[in-house]
Amino acid sequence: MSIIQDAVKTAVRFVPDRWLPGASPDPLREKHGLLGAPISRVDGPLKVAGQARFAAEVPMEGLAYATLVHSTIARGHITSLDTSKAEAAPGVVLVMTHENAPRMNAPAMFMSRPDAVGASDLPVMQNRDIHWNGEPVALVLAETQEQADHAATLVKVEYESATAVTDFQAAKLAAHHPQSILGEPPLFEIGDAEKELNEAHHRVDLVFRTPRHNHNAIELHGATVRWDGDELTVHDATQMLNGTAGTLAEIFGINPDQVHVSSPYVGGGFGGKALWNHQILAAAASRLSGRPVRIVLSRESVFRIVGGRTTTEQRVALGAERNGSLRALIHTGTVAMTEHNNCPEQFTFPARHLYASKSFRLEQSVADMDMMANTFMRAPGESVGTFALECALDELAEQMELDPIELRRRIEPEKDPTSNNPFSSRYLLQCFEQGGERFGWNRRDPKPGARREGEWLVGLGCATGTYPYHRMPGGSARIRIEADGSAVVSTAVHEMGMGTATVQAQAAAARLGLPLEKVRFDYGDTSLPKGVLAGGSTQTASISAAVIAANDELVKELIRLAGNDSPLAGLGADKLEARDEGLASVDEPGRHETYASILARAGRDHLEVEAAAPPPLEMMKYSMHSTAAQFAEVRVNSVTGEVRVCRMLGSFDCGRILNAKTATSQFRGGMIMGIGLALTEETLFDPRSGRIMNPSLAEYHVPVHMDVPEIEVMWTDIPDPHAPLGARGIGEIGITGVAAAIANAVYNATGRRVRDLPITLDKLL
Amino acid sequence: MAVTLRVNGKEQSVETEPDTPLLYVLRDDLALNGAKYGCGLGQCGACTVLVDDKPVLSCLTPLMLLEGRSITTVEGLGTVGKPGPMQQAFIEEQAAQCGYCIPGMMMRAEALVRRNPDAGDTEIRDALEANLCRCGTHSRILKAVARARDLKRGGGA
Amino acid sequence: MTPFQYERAATAPDAVRMASNSASAKYLGGGTNLVDLMRETIETPERLVDVSGLSRTIETRPDGSLLIGAAATNTALASDLTVRRDFPLLARAILAGASGQIRNMATVGGNILQRTRCAYFYDDAARCNKREPGAGCDALDGFNRIHAILGASPACVATHPSDMCVALVALDAVVHLEGANGTRRIPLADLHRLPEGRPDIETVLQPHELITAVEIPALSFARRSTYRKVRDRASYAFALVSVGAALDLSEDGSVRDIRLALGGVAHKPWRALKAEDALRGQPATEANFRAAAEAELTDAAPLRDNAFKVELARRTITAVLSELKGDAA
Repeated sequence: MSIIQDAVKTAVRFVPDRWLPGASPDPLREKHGLLGAPISRVDGPLKVAGQARFAAEVPMEGLAYATLVHSTIARGHITSLDTSKAEAAPGVVLVMTHENAPRMNAPAMFMSRPDAVGASDLPVMQNRDIHWNGEPVALVLAETQEQADHAATLVKVEYESATAVTDFQAAKLAAHHPQSILGEPPLFEIGDAEKELNEAHHRVDLVFRTPRHNHNAIELHGATVRWDGDELTVHDATQMLNGTAGTLAEIFGINPDQVHVSSPYVGGGFGGKALWNHQILAAAASRLSGRPVRIVLSRESVFRIVGGRTTTEQRVALGAERNGSLRALIHTGTVAMTEHNNCPEQFTFPARHLYASKSFRLEQSVADMDMMANTFMRAPGESVGTFALECALDELAEQMELDPIELRRRIEPEKDPTSNNPFSSRYLLQCFEQGGERFGWNRRDPKPGARREGEWLVGLGCATGTYPYHRMPGGSARIRIEADGSAVVSTAVHEMGMGTATVQAQAAAARLGLPLEKVRFDYGDTSLPKGVLAGGSTQTASISAAVIAANDELVKELIRLAGNDSPLAGLGADKLEARDEGLASVDEPGRHETYASILARAGRDHLEVEAAAPPPLEMMKYSMHSTAAQFAEVRVNSVTGEVRVCRMLGSFDCGRILNAKTATSQFRGGMIMGIGLALTEETLFDPRSGRIMNPSLAEYHVPVHMDVPEIEVMWTDIPDPHAPLGARGIGEIGITGVAAAIANAVYNATGRRVRDLPITLDKLL
Repeated sequence: MAVTLRVNGKEQSVETEPDTPLLYVLRDDLALNGAKYGCGLGQCGACTVLVDDKPVLSCLTPLMLLEGRSITTVEGLGTVGKPGPMQQAFIEEQAAQCGYCIPGMMMRAEALVRRNPDAGDTEIRDALEANLCRCGTHSRILKAVARARDLKRGGGA
Repeated sequence: MTPFQYERAATAPDAVRMASNSASAKYLGGGTNLVDLMRETIETPERLVDVSGLSRTIETRPDGSLLIGAAATNTALASDLTVRRDFPLLARAILAGASGQIRNMATVGGNILQRTRCAYFYDDAARCNKREPGAGCDALDGFNRIHAILGASPACVATHPSDMCVALVALDAVVHLEGANGTRRIPLADLHRLPEGRPDIETVLQPHELITAVEIPALSFARRSTYRKVRDRASYAFALVSVGAALDLSEDGSVRDIRLALGGVAHKPWRALKAEDALRGQPATEANFRAAAEAELTDAAPLRDNAFKVELARRTITAVLSELKGDAA
């Protein structure tokens, strides 16, 4: 964090709540009705009819189709390129390489500027240099996808290899602190943790390893692009509309408002549907050829040019007193990263706020490697950090002969243990209490290997999950009231299946006092007011804050328009509430006027306002996190070591739940991804070549139907006083804690601790 | 080369190379984007369509094998305004999350239920074995198929 | 895919003639492996001869043997009533493989000739003696978790991925072939080769020799048989190790006869002859099952990532035989 941010942080602590824009409790926090109701997804009918149009399905006249050719070395440069056979192949429009690609600026890296979303800052196809095994070295454009695919095999490239760092174990030797871990310092200490650890009565000191992962959304990355003069249109599958537009604009040397990005449907994102080389190359090829271009990456290409979650090696050391309090909490380790991106996989973040300890040492290093830039993948940091921390805690509990839930009771902090900020709203113990009861935790036999059913050893395990509340600054919303009193709320945000479109329509209807049928939520297009990216589980809160701000403006305007002839005359905004398709006096319910009436009398056929969300100062004053208690029951086959999860329960505290149906889906979806993280998923990165060797869905194992057990979810539904609508994000917390719960259950079943993921049968034989 | 296909009950003539996989013909030539491209190698199931009532992976089925065959895609099960029973069930059970795996799931399920109108829960799950979903909506999909089976049987509360 | 010519054959001799007319022709069954390999440009035939219309009958003969047309689909074979009743390990093996969609399309002939899933075979940037004799083998010191522990060579450690073939080999299946020089029959167990120095030569088939049928001799005790597949996911993944077995017990509890084959362990479906020999005439006890497994695995040569397969095979063989014997696990 910069000095200025630190100063603001300190100052903000002394500011009363009600002065903090966006931090005064949202009046809709407690209201029921539409909010919380299990409203059906608005886009369901379109999707099941096959009519929801994804990025690669937008029709365009004169389309040419693109296929990429990937490098087969990790570092070095191209010495010769022979595209003649490819160019002569049937249907080929052109072959683009660094020799003929339009000159483009390098992408601005994510977080280097507010609107920059470049996954790395490497120039794209501008020179002979190779930076990772898989980097695109050519793009073939043809009349059909088949012709492009075939011609791509005819491109001949020769390389001169240079020494590459492709072995994590070797790269670790030169590991160093990154500049920051998402704004936090790479080393954080309270007291002398190593000394406290050594003197503690109980101690564990363990190393955990997690491999690389890939998002593998079923929709392949793709885009349909077109130039009209200097105006670029991109039909994309993206989680960051405005960032993509802004970054593309800069790459091509045009203004952001000359780039129009549209993305109404995204077939799964999980952090991976960002700005990678393919949109850039498609736009470049379109420029070069004068044709609109469709680029759809093959699954192999996705593995080669879309980054995933990086590999980690973590140490967790815990020292406890006899009474169960922690003397030392040490969480350190290293991740692989490149010199051209900044995604340090913040695995030490859970330890910053979960448990009280007398001393802390939290440290993260990065090992620079020549590889595809890694990126955010569902709960970056928390997903793998909770694995290490929560397994270590389980081992400590066992050593202390304490039930793991009881241990958590004894180390529950009263306020944030590292920032000292008060918690905004925290009910972790309640999650464990209620979840444990529902799950039947008390039926667990703490003795490993005690339960056996035929060939199967049965075990139960639990772990804490957590994800921070963030609200992204900079989003705006527009509210338009039509003559008939209906409303359209719009902002450039995203729907990848999490239910945004549905939830925001519900929330807008509740806020405006309108029935759901009279509200439409428009999103997915940069022609709408500037939105926020969909990531970090922030979209809902961020949009809500923008809508609140716009609504405040709306009410002001309506009062003005209503004038002295209105039943509302003389009332200020703080005396009004939205109800029955209009505004009403809070104190005198009879004083009411509909939007339609106000507009009609003012001679207006519509009213439109737009406002930006205030900065998320609530985040600086309070420690705002969602937490969860994750429970798993597993069976381990005593003959083969196969692990099957037979039952899971997630007990969540995420503030107010806005839509029970979409929330259940998000929680379950995260938990299922957690099963993959725990048991089946691993990207095989060959350390000799830096090449991914399982770039397919046959060899990268995502959980299939048979892997998915009965999954129950429950939640506290306690509104957070400092979050808009009382709601904190829910998209990512589902995956956190799951791997540890499963690993702890495997231990309970077998007596074997597996500390490196995935937990495959060979580790249990 | 011109190939004649019968798609969703309609004769279609397509001018394309006979080795083109059916999936690309559906999407690029016939504007039937219901069947999805998730891997192109028969590994994800998102491209599943029916050929003579049997579920096949359209990404692995070159046109040349389909002369005279009858192809059904998700568009043939109903429309936005008038969803068929499978689609209705998927809407009711809120099974679509991002929606991308859903047409493949539905077509696989349709094949099952046409062949075995009394398919039980285990059979349903086994049938959908190779249809991948990354959003994790598996349990809703299975419920939806069971509901579709009930709707088609003429019952279903 | 590289452009190719396509022809559909009406009879086996026709097919052989069409294929022989071309420099590089391949037979097309259901396409579930070949099309995949063509899309990856590992196979680049100039001509495809479609044999999916040839014999697909599954005939039970009076002596109890089966004659299966090579164009029969995997699904048809797995759901055949005689197969399910008389040769359950075959039905189970087929159902353990791939997915419903693939099984509907895949033919018996194609299943037999499917190629390995080794990552280095699939990646043409990797060194692979199978794709390019003499290039080397990147799997030897690479990701070889799914690779062979038996019968491998320094040239190649790939495995044959078929489940169906494990069962067929256990049942002494015989393949009927038609080639330019006429017809012949060979045991399936002799069809596939071990890699030795030429992993690119995967079978003993002559150029353009076509599999026309598979014959399974009658086996009185095949009803007491099963197939167990161990994999990394609960379903829809290739075998790490699989076991197909049939057991015949005497009244005194000894092994009168046995058939045992392993998948996931070698370049070809592995008939466990040593284990069978060790068990015939012996009491059918868990200890003897394990000893027989040990005998079969004596020459196992584990690699960096697949040493677990030795123990896994030992345990799975023991468990399968115990299950067939009727023990509770």
